[in-house]
Amino acid sequence: MSLAARRESDEAAATAPSLSERRRRTDKMLRIGLPLVVLAAFVALWDAIVVINAIPTYILPRPWLVLATIVNDWAILGPSLFNTLAITLLALALATVGGVLLAIALTQSRVVEYSFFPIAVVLQVTPIVAIFPLINIYVENDLAKILLCAWIVAFFPILSNTTLGLNSADHNLRDLYRLYGASRWQTLRYLRLPAAMPYFLGGLRIAGGLALIGAVVAEFVAGASGFGTGLASRIIESGYRLNIPRLFAALLLISASGIVIYVLLSLLSNRILGKWHESATRR
Amino acid sequence: MLNASPAESAEAIVSLDGVGKTFDNGTRALAGVDLRIGRGEFLSLLGPSGCGKSTILRLIAGLDEPTEGTITWHDRATGRAAQRERNVGFVFQEPTLMPWATVFDNAWLPLRLKGMTRSSAEAQIMTALESVGLADFRNAYPRELSGGMKMRVSIARALATDPSILLMDEPFAALDEITRFRLNDDLLRLWADKGWTVVFVTHSVFESVYLSARIAVMTNRPGRIAADIVVDEPFPRTEAFRTSPKNGEIARITSEALHRAMGE
Repeated sequence: MSLAARRESDEAAATAPSLSERRRRTDKMLRIGLPLVVLAAFVALWDAIVVINAIPTYILPRPWLVLATIVNDWAILGPSLFNTLAITLLALALATVGGVLLAIALTQSRVVEYSFFPIAVVLQVTPIVAIFPLINIYVENDLAKILLCAWIVAFFPILSNTTLGLNSADHNLRDLYRLYGASRWQTLRYLRLPAAMPYFLGGLRIAGGLALIGAVVAEFVAGASGFGTGLASRIIESGYRLNIPRLFAALLLISASGIVIYVLLSLLSNRILGKWHESATRR
Repeated sequence: MLNASPAESAEAIVSLDGVGKTFDNGTRALAGVDLRIGRGEFLSLLGPSGCGKSTILRLIAGLDEPTEGTITWHDRATGRAAQRERNVGFVFQEPTLMPWATVFDNAWLPLRLKGMTRSSAEAQIMTALESVGLADFRNAYPRELSGGMKMRVSIARALATDPSILLMDEPFAALDEITRFRLNDDLLRLWADKGWTVVFVTHSVFESVYLSARIAVMTNRPGRIAADIVVDEPFPRTEAFRTSPKNGEIARITSEALHRAMGE
């Protein structure tokens, strides 16, 4: 008896669930449109408050002036933005490599996990600003100092999420791998790493924002000790000089960087998980 | 029609002698299990939930070690050939598919772990997928499939290695009745084609009677074999057998044995 002929009822579930294309498009427009409307309203309110109360520029500049400052001061702000981004991305890359490798090492044996995970937690819960004076003393190179700070802040979510992910592989699947005589490496490569992927990508999204925060905070502290090229030093400098439009401009660039990093990592996540994980699939 | 003693004449593939299993937490799952599984036999383990049916499968598969007694494989070959011949396939109650892998890649898994490349394994995998009627779905992901189709993929994965013994742990318990009947028939057809030994765990009296050549009825925990019922109905079995008086009679006897085993 042919099985092909008897699949009809099974097959219904295989065709994509049919939400009408139109409704999906409306949803997409709302998702992009609504935040823009709220943002525009906020900017308009900001402008109105400045104009109505005649607030001077050195206290609160009008929104357009902030944008104009980004363009006019680009010679100063551009290189600073580049430096901050470079440190952020480098720290994120190192945090990813370090966090994933450490997570793999921790999940290889219970003894290793019990021994070292609490130490990673200590590193995470200690405020980085409090450690910085020490790093300042021990580390000679200014770039290395800031990088180290950003790394410490960014690596923990990757470590903890990846560890959780590596341990979350289905127990029956693990039995199946054991039954078919899988090596430790095969189990890691074909089962545990793919199972950890959604968790890792969630951690990466958090770490992207934290790397930026780490880079900025480290520069604030380091800037006070005489080093300064990133956006954070521009903010401190502008504050001293009451150049408030430039301060706002630098702030806006930091926020924009954070948003871009988040969006890029979300796109990456959706691209990798799109085919199989519930978080990335649409019904 | 019914025979109280198991078919001793058939050559055994594996036998359990006085097997007991006590878990680390003190739970005594099995005690004194004597079971002889004939080569090419379709044997059902029938018992209440928690009676250690699944534990027996895990012990046979080598996923757990018995704390008492012995499990003996009656290999026809020796050395490496014996290892190859002892090829065990396992189907869990859940489809247990990797959600990130396509149907093809899921079925490829056992061969991949044995070091076969995608292209060298392709013919074997496609044969397995065809035999469960899923060849057209090779590039689909598990989430795109219905429960019954996922279970078919799980069976195809076990088939791909051409196992000599197939262990099935309540594989159809979570499916609706229509799909279950259909998969029952598919399973019997494959069993007849391939000449495997099947050990099928179930808590359904009717399913065990319809499928099996022999039913081992188990007691409550700690589980042991309380009754051994031979279902003396020739294969292939059809819908007519499912609704026949004979089926009803065997089901009644099996059900009575089950209730006695559970101490009611």
